[in-house]
Amino acid sequence: MKAAAFDYIRPETLGAAITLLSKHGPDAKLIAGGQSLLPALNLRLSAPGLLIDIGRLAELRDITLADRTLHIGAGCTHAHVMNHPIVQRHAPLIARALTEVAHPAIRARGTFGGSLANADPAAELPACALALDAVMHAQGPEGPRRIPAAHFFTSLFETALAPDEVLTGVDIPIQGDTQWGFAELARRTGDYAMVGLAAVARPGTIRLGWFSVGQTAILAHRAAAILTEGGPLEAACTALADDLPAHDDPQASAAMRLHLARVLLRRVVGAWGER
Amino acid sequence: MSGIETMGSEATGPRMRVTLTVNGADHDIQLDPRTTLLDALREHLGLTGTKVGCNHGTCGACTVHIDGRRQLSCLMLAAAAAGSAITTIEGLAGADGAPHPMQAAFVAHDALQCGYCTPGQIMSAVACVAEGHAGSDDEIREYMSGNLCRCAAYPNIVAAVREVAGSTMAEAA
Ligand SMILES: Cc1cc2nc3c(=O)[nH]c(=O)nc-3n(C[C@H](O)[C@H](O)[C@H](O)COP(=O)(O)OP(=O)(O)OC[C@H]3O[C@@H](n4cnc5c(N)ncnc54)[C@H](O)[C@@H]3O)c2cc1C
Ligand code: FES
Ligand code: FES
Repeated sequence: MKAAAFDYIRPETLGAAITLLSKHGPDAKLIAGGQSLLPALNLRLSAPGLLIDIGRLAELRDITLADRTLHIGAGCTHAHVMNHPIVQRHAPLIARALTEVAHPAIRARGTFGGSLANADPAAELPACALALDAVMHAQGPEGPRRIPAAHFFTSLFETALAPDEVLTGVDIPIQGDTQWGFAELARRTGDYAMVGLAAVARPGTIRLGWFSVGQTAILAHRAAAILTEGGPLEAACTALADDLPAHDDPQASAAMRLHLARVLLRRVVGAWGER
Repeated sequence: MSGIETMGSEATGPRMRVTLTVNGADHDIQLDPRTTLLDALREHLGLTGTKVGCNHGTCGACTVHIDGRRQLSCLMLAAAAAGSAITTIEGLAGADGAPHPMQAAFVAHDALQCGYCTPGQIMSAVACVAEGHAGSDDEIREYMSGNLCRCAAYPNIVAAVREVAGSTMAEAA
């Protein structure tokens, strides 16, 4: 099937993109890498009248480190982010997680911001953003605003972004003594996972970001609290039954998914050693 | 210069003019904005070496190079490719018409049966070596995993990539 008819425009600046977005309202849609949007358009899951291409905006391509904060521009491709020395050094969780995102040709075009804005519950990056306590930068006609990751993923493929806002980038706090871990179970390389975990331990807090477990990526608060207080790993595994929604789908029953989640938690936190 | 011009307001039809730079030559074409790069290459420019498999990003048959990086032409609007250097399987041979070393290696290793996935495999393989992701058979398998082969010529594909990667590394050493 082919997409329904649309117009295409590639504005030269972020400001021009926002103006177009607010002028055309819900009939317009941003396109970055198109790696999620084009399949959706071809399946006619979505039929916007205008596509506004932000895929080449240099303003959205920065990766910088300042004041113990790593900033990743929304327009950076997955390949650029995972190969960037600053990301590999200061946010190895993200570099690691991206190796599981699709295949090289898709990673060469799909963007960091596109994946977060798309808010697929099976995507790796939203769970990483939660685990790293990232802060989203949005910009709309009224100017910029910041949205903590914990308030960003509102429901299935829905975010806290207003229809006329662009996700411009993400701030990731960098702290010493950080331990991290990442694991997912998928049937084949490059497939979306049946269940996955991005975990971060910082002085005084542990965050467990899960994906492919429900309507959005989520934090497992009870299990994380047990681990933060130095409680036993098995108690945290038990608590996952309360943290994770009972979610059946054709890939896995809720019981199987909970079992697999516990396997991942043991693998990831077990590898951190004596706590 | 973006190489894009909008022409009319009718709902469908060839109402956009774009300039695509394919294998070193500029082509001005008029198309419907929905046209993917894959369809533009095959239907507007007659470059049918790039194959249509799934049209959804899952098989790799449509792999081309955009500014030197492998990307899927089925998941890219032709208009979005305007302004980039596009290389297809037709543009891989040397100026003298000699096959690219990867093409020669695919022939030497019999890395195909029906040949349908082959242009995509070769475009991906050239990029895989250039990226430095062909250091071992495991790495080749991982970094070629976006290209499916219905005939399962995988062992011979890996052998072809390994050979080219080996000679590239020998040259660099
Ligand atoms: C075969 C295949 C396998 C895949 N496997 C995986 C996988 O295993 N894991 C995974 O995480 N992903 C996977 N993906 C998706 C891939 O990671 C996409 O690149 C990514 O989800 C979207 O990024 P994009 O830049 O292509 O966004 P687009 O497709 O351009 O846009 C996606 C959505 O986000 C919106 N959007 C984009 N950028 C912004 C912005 N800056 N501000 C506001 N809204 C924006 C668009 O309007 C659209 O609604 C796969 C894709 C394919 C085709
Ligand atoms: S046709 Fe593009 S990936 Fe299958
Ligand atoms: S040679 Fe037939 S699909 Fe690969």
